[in-house]
Amino acid sequence: MTDLSVQIGSLTLANPVIAASGCFGYGIEYADVVDLSLLGGVAVKGLFLAERQGHAPERIVETPAGMLNAIGLQGVGVHRFIKEQLPELRRRRAVVIVNICGSTLDEYVELARILSDTEGVAALELNISCPNIKEGGITFGCSLAGTFDVVSAVRKVTRLPVIPKLTPNVTDVASFARASEDAGADAVSLVNTFLAMAIDVETRRPSLSNIVGGLSGPAIRPIAVRMVYECRNAVKIPVIGMGGIASARDALEFMIAGATAVQVGTANFVDPFIWTKLLEGIRAYLTRHQMPRVSDLTGTLDTSTRD
Amino acid sequence: MPVDVEARVIANTRLSQDYNVIALAAPDIASASAPGQFVMVKLGRGLVPLLRRPFSVFEVLRADGRITGLTLLSKRVGVTTDMLFEAVEGDVVSCLGPLGRPFQLIDPPAEAWMVAGGVGLAPFATLTEALLDRGVAVTLMYGARSDRELFYLDWFEARGVRVMLATEDGTAGDRGRVILPLERELRATAAERDIMIYACGPEPMLEAVANMAAQYNRPSQVSVERVMGCGLGGCYSCVIPVRDDRGGQRYVRSCIGGPVFAGADIVWNP
Repeated sequence: MTDLSVQIGSLTLANPVIAASGCFGYGIEYADVVDLSLLGGVAVKGLFLAERQGHAPERIVETPAGMLNAIGLQGVGVHRFIKEQLPELRRRRAVVIVNICGSTLDEYVELARILSDTEGVAALELNISCPNIKEGGITFGCSLAGTFDVVSAVRKVTRLPVIPKLTPNVTDVASFARASEDAGADAVSLVNTFLAMAIDVETRRPSLSNIVGGLSGPAIRPIAVRMVYECRNAVKIPVIGMGGIASARDALEFMIAGATAVQVGTANFVDPFIWTKLLEGIRAYLTRHQMPRVSDLTGTLDTSTRD
Repeated sequence: MPVDVEARVIANTRLSQDYNVIALAAPDIASASAPGQFVMVKLGRGLVPLLRRPFSVFEVLRADGRITGLTLLSKRVGVTTDMLFEAVEGDVVSCLGPLGRPFQLIDPPAEAWMVAGGVGLAPFATLTEALLDRGVAVTLMYGARSDRELFYLDWFEARGVRVMLATEDGTAGDRGRVILPLERELRATAAERDIMIYACGPEPMLEAVANMAAQYNRPSQVSVERVMGCGLGGCYSCVIPVRDDRGGQRYVRSCIGGPVFAGADIVWNP
């Protein structure tokens, strides 16, 4: 029997496959097509304290092997989430990872307090990396001191696993993983999207109303794998890897590079039934390689010199 | 509940240089779909294009009393529609559906006026069948650039649909936009008659139809098309501004909140 369970701080996930925040709504949207309890976890769409409208359309544009988005974190706010979506997620036995965003450090703390007092929240993912909003968020994620401060502040008010989600839009992502670890994070997740841009040359207008957006999809995967590898070598806490995973092979690549678990985003848009395929593929790989536990795969990259 | 089907291409009929009707062996989706619903389509497993594209279900195909598949009406505007145009019998198309909120049907004595612009004809074949089954009188007002881009007129006329045309070059019906016959009919119709206006086409046309319907105190239902990432409510890309009950507006995902909206609910110039 293959053991797919993985450990993220005090949290045991039944398997390493998590739906990525921002790519899976609040999970409820997918309950008709996916048994949410089969996923290792569901990272829900980023929540602020208050409701948010998000950016005007156009919000996405397809690019080679990927897409740009500038949604602008449209969302119902934490209070409506707790009242309207969380009960249904619990009824479906989803492992709920709540992604939180703040304009200020106090807002992160307030969100963490509220969610720590709420039944049915498994972990907090700190969105300090959304490239599409001006206020807060990435301001923390692009400064080592800001990252340290926000993680420390949240750490002080919650017992839930704290997982800062890191931006790749920095020179040395590993130093941000280290700052997170030093501040008491239980894990880090990476990468969020790459700041990018596309232009309609006929009209000479930006393809997105926000002008710039975040690039995701298979196009970014090799960069994301490299960044996960660098973070794995920099910290002892688990690394949750993501960036263009579209098959079991891709998920395994991240785990070999050093990820304890993975998140899948854009590929879910293409194939909402991907989850069982990923789990079956991972299981088949472990059987083929006679590995009883998926956790044994993490960081097994062989860099030895060949004879 | 939507399903994902690897649907075989049964036939692909080119209607012009850039319009085609592609028939797919997707009986499960066809059986479950209601007029106005759509499917998300992808050809092949390649990374370009990466995302699926939305298409209204055009026709539900039947043979020997059984539902055998569905067709899509497609106009070449990009990579996926090029691939749909070039597809041949036996090719496989990933087809996810049915998705979205369908048109609300009406009953006699109410009458249905369907206003179509270009490829916006797509949802009106299945709507016609559903309305005729209920005994509703159906009118189609159909606009295109020229008579060479008006399709399936025989299909609608054979079913007793009253057809009015408009072309921008004047080669069929009114010269100009489809709003011309709509306004003429609205002006000529007694207020006591119960009319539901259904519209699908480019957004400026939908705006004009919704505004004109409101001006004549007629209800309208419009099917919008926005850039859509997933079709299931996951990505929040296909939003359209809709009036809320506090006098403001909010962005509603057209994949799950639509694609059919009451024309009066949409904020056309946010």
